[in-house]
Amino acid sequence: MKLHNIAVNNLRRRKAKMVFLISGLMIGIAAIVALITTIQILSEDIAHKMDEFGANIVITPKSEGLSLNYGGINLGGVSFDLQEISESDLDKIETIKNAANVRIISPKVFGIFEHQGQKALALGVDFPAELTLKRWWKITGEKPSGLGQILVGHEAAERFQLKPGSQVRIQDQEFQVSGVLENTGSQDDQLFFMPLRVAQRLFGKEGKIAMAEVAALCHNCPISDIVTQISEKIPAAKVTALQQVVASRMDALHNLEKFSLMVAALILLVGSMVVFVTMMGSVNERTREIGIFSAIGFRKSHIMKIILLEALIVSIASGVLGYLVGIGATRVAMPFFTEHVSHFSLDPLVAAGAVLLAIVIGLTASFYPATTASKMDPSEALRTL
Amino acid sequence: MSYIQAVNVAKEFGTGDARVSAVSGIDLSIAQAEFISIMGESGAGKSTFLSMLGGLLQPTSGQILIGDVDIYRLKSDKRADFRREFMGFIFQSFQLVPYLNVLENVQLPLAVTHHTEKQKRELAVSALERVGLQDKALRLPNQLSGGEQERVAIARAVVNEPPILFADEPTGNLDSRNSTEVMNLLKRLNSEGQTIIMVTHSRTNAGFAHRTVEVSDGQLSPASQVESRFIVARQAAGAGA
Repeated sequence: MKLHNIAVNNLRRRKAKMVFLISGLMIGIAAIVALITTIQILSEDIAHKMDEFGANIVITPKSEGLSLNYGGINLGGVSFDLQEISESDLDKIETIKNAANVRIISPKVFGIFEHQGQKALALGVDFPAELTLKRWWKITGEKPSGLGQILVGHEAAERFQLKPGSQVRIQDQEFQVSGVLENTGSQDDQLFFMPLRVAQRLFGKEGKIAMAEVAALCHNCPISDIVTQISEKIPAAKVTALQQVVASRMDALHNLEKFSLMVAALILLVGSMVVFVTMMGSVNERTREIGIFSAIGFRKSHIMKIILLEALIVSIASGVLGYLVGIGATRVAMPFFTEHVSHFSLDPLVAAGAVLLAIVIGLTASFYPATTASKMDPSEALRTL
Repeated sequence: MSYIQAVNVAKEFGTGDARVSAVSGIDLSIAQAEFISIMGESGAGKSTFLSMLGGLLQPTSGQILIGDVDIYRLKSDKRADFRREFMGFIFQSFQLVPYLNVLENVQLPLAVTHHTEKQKRELAVSALERVGLQDKALRLPNQLSGGEQERVAIARAVVNEPPILFADEPTGNLDSRNSTEVMNLLKRLNSEGQTIIMVTHSRTNAGFAHRTVEVSDGQLSPASQVESRFIVARQAAGAGA
């Protein structure tokens, strides 16, 4: 017979009270776990979508004479072809420390050609990467599906009276217009988009690129770190973060996190009140019993230990169950919020945090009842006999 | 030779105009291995006096000496240790812990001692044997009769073999047959050397004690200290032997 036997037996034989106490704390913990996990997944999902929604890093050749103005680059007549980056340099991005955060690399090469006696600007792109990067594009017709197909910007199509199915001759090679971009309000409206490899060959820029747009998932990493890492790997390139884009994305996520913290704090408060009221009720109900413990020679610390041990056992059970229920609820609810739940997994850190949180709440809320019990005058118990 | 001594002990409850004197100026000496009963009307102050003797209720004034220890000069934790080592309590209404079985209830005072689990169990089984309940060790209190519950309470009080037993109306909830059994048990424990201080309403129970004192209006009746018929009978039996 030890003090923990008293605590365990009390809980075992007062099942209804234990279930109530565990439920109260468990609901709080489950709600917090569900909230944190949901916010975490949604944040990642939002960050993911936001990061995919346009580039946040631009890689351009480190050249003073080259003043481009596409995506922040001024092409400025013919100076664009003075310097290019070797396409193989882009492979080095995969070796940076934060390579996992780099979602999309969209290399580009420019070329000027004449069509119907007018100069036009062609942009060689990697279509899968470019279409992923520019999800806001709306295309009349089809996306290019072969090396002989191109996409034409809205203004360029109007200027040259092109529509899906039209033929365009670029550098003596015939291309079919698979689709026309709806008005984007950007410089994309004036361009002819063609497959990167074809553009490199036609304009004599095999293995070269003029610039690359990068979408980095910067939810949990400072974008400046990625910029530095890329700069170190490609010394010939000027790597620029689009700070405004990054800052607005981070702001949105921080606001979401702040909101979740506020809700979590509120739930914590309610959870601890449940434990406090129940433990206080339990102590009052056990006045005689505690008086007997005291009369037969238990010290104040012994009585506190019994109450806190009960709280600890209840808290651990609540923490474990709360975590499982919270995760289960998240798993059930998540498909209603996002389609990207493939990365959903049990997080040992959240599990440990849930149990630890339950213990902290349980013990904190039980401390005053335990102190009250330990200070109970044993003669009070005798007087009530 | 006094073993337990109450010196001018008084207890008041409340403050100001609401102050009530429960016990006033009691002096009492109890010898080692004596069986003493305290009688009195309800509200006379006998349970308050017993609580003060048992180290459970700090007197407003006066001293309680056990051996040469003034128990209210001990700090709260030390007094708890003293109670655990030297005193056993038998409460009215048994006061067993409902969620512990008989064996666990008896082991309760040992829960905070340094005995091994085996020793605790052996001591508890031995105490249960003394009250004749060894075969009901695994039952819960609500599975026992009133007399059996009282015997469990006695086993709990004697499990660590304290030299002093305090009993507050130990037969208050028992029928006459169970009352006699319990009183015989207390008499036997006393004959084994335990000092017993018992509060009772019952003249019959008081008859089992060596001496009876009467408390009235918080004071000992001057002419109340009487040798009981039991001790007279015992002496007579001894003389006849």
